[in-house]
Amino acid sequence: MADMAAHGAHPPGFAHQFEEMAQQREAGSLGMWVFLVTEIMFFGGLFATYTVYRSLHPQAFEMGSHLLEARFGATNTAVLISSSLTMALAIHSAQTGKSKSTIIGYLIATLVLGAAFIGIKLYFEWYHDYVEHLIPGIDFVIRPEWGHAGSQVPLFFCFYFFMTGLHALHMVIGIGILSVLAIMTARQRFSSEYYAPLEISGLYWHFVDIVWIFLFPLLYLIGGRYGTGVH
Amino acid sequence: MSDQEQRGHIVPVGIYVRIFLGLIVLTGITTAAAYVDLGAMNTVVALAIAVVKMLLVVLFFMHVKYSTNLTRLVIIAGFFWLAILVALTLSDELTRHWTPESGAWSALLPILPRFF
Repeated sequence: MADMAAHGAHPPGFAHQFEEMAQQREAGSLGMWVFLVTEIMFFGGLFATYTVYRSLHPQAFEMGSHLLEARFGATNTAVLISSSLTMALAIHSAQTGKSKSTIIGYLIATLVLGAAFIGIKLYFEWYHDYVEHLIPGIDFVIRPEWGHAGSQVPLFFCFYFFMTGLHALHMVIGIGILSVLAIMTARQRFSSEYYAPLEISGLYWHFVDIVWIFLFPLLYLIGGRYGTGVH
Repeated sequence: MSDQEQRGHIVPVGIYVRIFLGLIVLTGITTAAAYVDLGAMNTVVALAIAVVKMLLVVLFFMHVKYSTNLTRLVIIAGFFWLAILVALTLSDELTRHWTPESGAWSALLPILPRFF
């Protein structure tokens, strides 16, 4: 790569402080992982708090969980996993030098699946929760059939809305990133040698997928969905 | 330097599709398992499946299987710090009732001065 040392001889996207493209790529994904570690700690704080309060109020968390529709949570998990596949395929298309319309197609597919996730969440879940008076701080009605643990059910819904809300915020940011990537691809900014923004945004998108992989069982599937008489 | 190294590792599409199918199947299993009464094991099973799904995403979709040891070290350090956060928090929260200290103090109340 010594011939690249002369200025102006750099391939597109290659920053001159790096010795070679492989080093630049490694530095990029390492930096992104450092950011993702801060995200792990950010969501980790919520998961730890969730664990403490669930151990303090197991019954209330179980009752709260049973008020959520597991089928929507499972559907959204499948939607997110599909979007992770299309994201991986978008990067693969760039790596193997496919046409820009192929890459944009996969990016748009990822974006649409991400939007579908938020649509399902808003329309079938959060709106439904609002109608059912299950939003603490806005409109929450404690039902008598919940018994003595009922007064702690709003606590479960606080966790539910904060955790899914924070996750959805990450999805919205991800959709914005995908839009920018599609425009960059259309302007032919990427090649089979340089596709770092795609790779790094992919890491972010998959991370958000992983957060949901844990949120789904922890919020929707507590204590099993078999009849325990606490509905 | 080879062309392969220059372009980064290319994972075949077949592997992506298989990982995707594996994740969908595991989502089905975790949902179905929630309808079976396993007692306290329900949560353990759900979390174990979630960890397997996370590993599939991290290793293949996020290319960590093909990344350098330095990147892996950063990731493992991140999860290690998360383990410290959870372990130390729970070691306090879950053991508070082990020592009946408040009971011992309240036994002194009758002999303490009235302003207590």
